[in-house]
Amino acid sequence: MNPAIQGLITIILGVGGCVGYFYLSNQFLDKVLFPAKGEHAGRNINRANMVRPWLFLAPALLFLGLYLAYPVVATFILSLSERVPGDETRFVGFENYRLMFSEPKFWEAMRNNALWLIVVPAFSTAFGLLAAQLTDRIRWGSIAKSLIFMPMAISFVGASVIWKLVYDTRPADQDQIGILNAIYLHLGGTDPQTWLTIPFWNNFFLMIVLIWIQTGFAMVILSAALRGIPEETIEAAVIDGANPFQIFFKIKVPQIMGTIAVVWTTITIVVLKVFDIVFAMTNGQWETQVLANYMYDKLFRANDWGVGSASAMVIMLLVTPILVWNVMNARKEMR
Amino acid sequence: MYSASSKKSALTWAVHISVVLLVALWLFPTLGLFISSFRTADQIATSGWWASFMTQERSVPAIRVEGKEVEEGGRFVIHGNLFPNKDATVSAWGTSSRDPAAFEPGDVVDLDDGQTLTVDDTGAYTLSSPTSFGDERLPRIFSTAATPPEFTLQNYKNILLDPNNREGMSKAFFNTLTVSIPATIIPILIAAFAAYALAWMEFPGRALLIAAVVGLLVVPLQLALIPLLRLHNDIGIGKGYLGVWLAHTGFGLPLAIYLLRNYMVGLPRDIIENARVDGATDFQIFVRIILPLSFPALASFAIFQFLWTWNDLLVALVFLIDSTGDTTVMTKQIVELLGTRGGNWEILATSAFISISVPLVVFFAMQRYLVRGLLAGSVK
Repeated sequence: MNPAIQGLITIILGVGGCVGYFYLSNQFLDKVLFPAKGEHAGRNINRANMVRPWLFLAPALLFLGLYLAYPVVATFILSLSERVPGDETRFVGFENYRLMFSEPKFWEAMRNNALWLIVVPAFSTAFGLLAAQLTDRIRWGSIAKSLIFMPMAISFVGASVIWKLVYDTRPADQDQIGILNAIYLHLGGTDPQTWLTIPFWNNFFLMIVLIWIQTGFAMVILSAALRGIPEETIEAAVIDGANPFQIFFKIKVPQIMGTIAVVWTTITIVVLKVFDIVFAMTNGQWETQVLANYMYDKLFRANDWGVGSASAMVIMLLVTPILVWNVMNARKEMR
Repeated sequence: MYSASSKKSALTWAVHISVVLLVALWLFPTLGLFISSFRTADQIATSGWWASFMTQERSVPAIRVEGKEVEEGGRFVIHGNLFPNKDATVSAWGTSSRDPAAFEPGDVVDLDDGQTLTVDDTGAYTLSSPTSFGDERLPRIFSTAATPPEFTLQNYKNILLDPNNREGMSKAFFNTLTVSIPATIIPILIAAFAAYALAWMEFPGRALLIAAVVGLLVVPLQLALIPLLRLHNDIGIGKGYLGVWLAHTGFGLPLAIYLLRNYMVGLPRDIIENARVDGATDFQIFVRIILPLSFPALASFAIFQFLWTWNDLLVALVFLIDSTGDTTVMTKQIVELLGTRGGNWEILATSAFISISVPLVVFFAMQRYLVRGLLAGSVK
């Protein structure tokens, strides 16, 4: 069947099915199960209203449970087992973790991930804050903002191609077509560099891609926070003779610390899941491996579900503090 | 007073210049790829994209003299032009690879056997000989020439319209669309009902469920790959569109519920209470009142989900693309091209831009909703 037609049918079936489910299940509840008439009318209305929320929630709970909650448990179990022929698995305890910890590639991925976790959120937030503060003060700020924000819409893969062209290298006797090498040679560099193959530093060239994408996000959030700062605090500082830098660092930044923390943690989550950039640009060669790509390698290239699941659990473990922090914040707000 | 105001204007200038620099830094990489997609393979390989707006002087590969000989005043002459379709200016030329810039335009050079060759500054050449050329191998001309800027749509034509190309981008384009649209619409509906229940219905365990949704927001989808692929295989979905739609729906739901609930909670209580007093059921309130009022939040999530599903690589790799490769998406094709045709920038740049263009259009058209959604999703 033509996939476009299949897609159309799915939209109709999916949408129709959802609407039909919600409508009919409500009708069933009100007309058949607990009709709001007869001698138990009052009791029936109350009962119907107790059941109804669960009718509204059921499909969402089904998806959340099956596609997000169940896999956490299933992956944990897989990480404790080994594949044996015939699509069966056998319990092996922490053997997979032991294997993984003895692998240098894993520690390389951990080291790089630690670097990513420090550098990317820090620079994205800093650039975002800078861009937010500067663009708020000028008339064409909104145009500048939307241009800095634009990379958010570009896929990680598209961004990888864009930056591969920036990092491109030609032999020394030809004109460089990568702008980084052109600038490097112009500034007095002797030989064109293959930026993505210089161990250790190539990690930073990959990180630049994600910083470039995430800065716009940080800018948008922080710019809204900056606008939310009460005018009086700034006016008071101006009257007291503070210069613009003091106003920014001593008055504004402390007041938006909460938002900075939110931006920082959100970008941290993105970093932990980053896969496409490394996959497309170096595929973990030249010591640029990161956890998410390591996991993909194990799961789908080495077909080693045990170690792959173990590394997925490591990512989960790293996310957990942020998860707890977010949940605590959300609960605080609801009170 | 004077010094204070001049200081202020200096600062304003510094701000303007910094923003220009920042925007340039952020725009240049994309611009480079965009411009490259309109250049020929030869141009991309020999000069940087930033040089494409200027008249470029470069050494042209050897061109062999060709054409019909005519008899003029007792000599056999061949007239021709090195750049028949271009407006080029020759600054030097030569007949040997050892010294490709030996002569000035207009020089008449003696070759062997009484032959002479001349090239003028437009690239027109004249080769003359006392005897007929016959089947003789004609000399080659090396030249250094300045050519004006030149852009072409040929790359796009090749990749989108040529049915014989190997990149398969047009098929991948439609596949990507087939993935994105159902995967955007279905979660919205499911999430809207759940968000309404979490926002406006009283039931035990509500707070716990909201906390669970917030928690699930950050669960890495990496954990879901193997268990769900097994599940899909066990229940007979296998790899394909249905699987990828279900997976995207599941992965998109926490954000959808979270965004929509935050928005719906902020709707005025009076409207809903009044409707209840008038005897409207929850289903009616939801469909008639809440859903229309929540349009901005629905739009925000729709944009997020569309961008995410369009740009996704990992979910498609795991749940969609089987060994036949019929259902490949654009991101996968581009990664493949990066591996196999990494040097063919005209193909890469054009393919990447075809894939980027749709999200960019969505982005610029609906930026307002995107920003609103980001703010609702983070600063809470």
